[in-house]
Amino acid sequence: MAETKTYREALREAMVHELDNDESVVLMGEDIGVYGGTHLITDGLYDEYGPNRIMDVPISENGFTGAAVGMAMMGMRPVVEMMTWNFSFLAADQIIQNAAKVRYFSGGQVEVPLVIRGPNGGGVQLSAQHTHSLESFYGHFPGLKVVAPVTPNDVKGMMLTAIRDPNPVIFLEAGALYGTKGEVEEGDNAVPFGKARVAREGSDVTLIAYGRQVNLCLRAADTLSEDGFEAEVIDLRSLRPFDEDTIVESVEKTHRAVAVQEQWRWFGVASEVAAIIQDRAFDSLDAPVERVSGAEVPGPYARNLELMAFPSEKQVTNAARRVLYEEEK
Amino acid sequence: MSAENEHSEDGGVETREDGGAIATSSERLVDLYRQMALIRAFEEACQKGFRQGKIGGYLHVYIGQEAVATGFLQAFEEGDRVITAYRDHAHALLLGSDPKEVMAELYGKGTGLVKGKGGSMHLFDVERGLMGGYGIVGGHIPLGVGIAYAMRYQETDHITQLYLGDGAMSQGAFHEAANLAGLWGREGQCPCLFIVENNKYGMGTSVERTTAMTDLAAKFDAYGIEHEKVDGMDVEAVVEAAERVAEQVRETGKPYAIEALTYRTAPHGAADFFENYRTKEEIEEWRERDPIGMVEHKLIENDVLDEDKLEEIRDEAKERIQEAVEFADESDEPPEEELYTDVYAGEDEYTGEA
Repeated sequence: MAETKTYREALREAMVHELDNDESVVLMGEDIGVYGGTHLITDGLYDEYGPNRIMDVPISENGFTGAAVGMAMMGMRPVVEMMTWNFSFLAADQIIQNAAKVRYFSGGQVEVPLVIRGPNGGGVQLSAQHTHSLESFYGHFPGLKVVAPVTPNDVKGMMLTAIRDPNPVIFLEAGALYGTKGEVEEGDNAVPFGKARVAREGSDVTLIAYGRQVNLCLRAADTLSEDGFEAEVIDLRSLRPFDEDTIVESVEKTHRAVAVQEQWRWFGVASEVAAIIQDRAFDSLDAPVERVSGAEVPGPYARNLELMAFPSEKQVTNAARRVLYEEEK
Repeated sequence: MSAENEHSEDGGVETREDGGAIATSSERLVDLYRQMALIRAFEEACQKGFRQGKIGGYLHVYIGQEAVATGFLQAFEEGDRVITAYRDHAHALLLGSDPKEVMAELYGKGTGLVKGKGGSMHLFDVERGLMGGYGIVGGHIPLGVGIAYAMRYQETDHITQLYLGDGAMSQGAFHEAANLAGLWGREGQCPCLFIVENNKYGMGTSVERTTAMTDLAAKFDAYGIEHEKVDGMDVEAVVEAAERVAEQVRETGKPYAIEALTYRTAPHGAADFFENYRTKEEIEEWRERDPIGMVEHKLIENDVLDEDKLEEIRDEAKERIQEAVEFADESDEPPEEELYTDVYAGEDEYTGEA
C-alpha cells in the first residue's frame, strides 16, 4: 500500500512511528515543540507526546547536541533537529569530537544511537551563512553515518533506519523539497543505509547525485532522451556507508559518468565518485568522469546569482554531452 | 564558606587553625589515606614511565589534587555515573578500575582499560560508572548534563558527578550545559553534581588572567544552580560536602555545584619542563598543604598511626603500582585487527581496507 504524501509528512510519520514504538526516543530542538517547528516537521507532536519527549531547547547547539550525545550513551535515542544544518558548526565539537569517536576511544564500551537531522543545502535565497551542503564535511569523519534522502518514501524509510541505528547518523534533508509529494509506503518501510537507488534506468550515460540534485538529473535525463540519449540516474541516498557497487555496475553498462553535487567542487562527494570509478571501472570508461558542482563562492542572495551558484540542468546535460563526445548546447 | 578556605591573593591558602574541623573516624581517615596514597604512587609511576618513553602522548597527573576525587567519590553509589576531562587516572582508580589495566592503557597495550585505543586522556570503565575522560577542555560538560537527564528520564535515582576544571569554565560548552542543567533541574530532571576542580591555572594561565569574575562557584548563579566552595586540599571537608550534597541532588533531581579549591603541585603536562607562570615559592607553599601530608600529620598527631605505619601504607601502594607497571610493561600491544574495531556499533561495523 502506498499513499501520496509530502516529504514533510513522510518525515514526521517516521518519527511518530518510532516515538510510538520506543519509549527511549525523544525529539529535541529549537522551537520544535510549542512553536511547532520552524519547518513544521514536528507540528502537533508536543501536544501529543508532551515536553519530556518533544523537548524545546535554548539556542545553544553545542550544549543540547552534547547533552543528546550523553543521553544516547545512556541508551536513550534522541533525534536532534538542527533548525538548519548551517547552525551545526556550533555543535561540530560535539558531533565530531564526541559523537563520532567516543565509541572508539572508549574501546567499544559505549554506543551513541543519535540522529541529528535538519534541512541541508540552499535554493531559497538564504544567502551565505544559511547556504551549505555539508555531506562532505560530515562524511569525512569515521564514526558518523551520513545520509541524504530525496524522495518522500526514502525520507521516511531512512529515518526509521536512522533512529534504530546504534550509531550517530547525520540526516541531511532536502530542505527546499519539504513540500514536494511522492508515493510513500504505509507502515514500516525501513530503507537500509549503504544502498543506492537507481532513479531512472538508461544505457548511454550514468548521472550520479543525491539530495535535490537527483531531481535535476532526472530533468536532464528527459532532455537528453529527446536527443536520443538514455541516461541512468543514480541516487546515492547514503554517503557513509557508500554504495560503490551500484555505480560501478552502471558505469560498466554505460561507460560514461557525470557526478553532480550542489556543494563546492573541491574535496567533494563528486570527486570521491570519480576516484571510485577510475579505481574500479577504469577499463569500462569511454571518457573521463565529469563533475558538476556549485560555484566556488559563498551562497549569494539575489535569485539570478543563486541560480548561477548551483548546478543547472544545462550544465548537467552539457557535461553528459561532453562525455558522449557530442556537441554542447 | 569562610575566607580560610579561599585562595588568598598571593596564591596560597591560609591554613585552618584547627587543622581540619571535620570529625572523621580514625578508621575512615586511614582508608582515605590509603586511597590517596595509591593515586600518588600511580601518578609518580606514570611520570617515571613518561620519562622512560613508555608512555606516549599527553600525560596529566593528579598530584596535589587527590583529595578532591577521593572525597567526592566517597558519595558514589552503584548506578551513579562519573565524567571528567583528561586528568582522569584518579577517578578510574577510585571507582575500582584495576591499576594494572589503567597503567596498561597508558603504556598503549591491548590489556589496557580501553584496549589501548584511548590512552591517558580517555579512561572509561562504564560498568563501574566511569563514562570517560575527555580531551577537549569543556567538551564533556554537555555530555554529563545529558547523562544526568537520562537518569531521571529512565526513572532511576542515580546521580552524575561531573568534574571540570577552572579553565573549562571559560568555554561556551560549560555555559550552555549549565544553562540546560538549571532548566531541566527546575523540573527535578537533572541530578548533576558539578565539581569544579579549581587548581588556579588552566594550563599556565591563572584564573585571575582569564576571567574578571574570579568567584567561579558564583557563576552558577546565572543558571539557577545552587553552589558552595570547599577546601579541596582537606579530604575530610570534601567528604563532608560530598555526602551532604550528593544526597540532596539525589533527592531533588536538581543540579548543584561545588568549587573545590585545590592545587596541582606537578606541572600541567608531563612534558612541561618550564613553569614560568608560577613561582617555586608558591608551589612550596601549597606543598605544605598537600592533601596526603595533611592527613599524615593528623593521623600522627591523633596517635592513630605512627610514621612507620604510614610508610607501610605508602609502600603497599607502591608495591601494588609496581605490579601494575610490570603488568603494563609485559603486556602485548593491541592486535593489529583492533585498528578497525569499535568504529561503529552493530553488524555493519567497518573493517577498513586492511
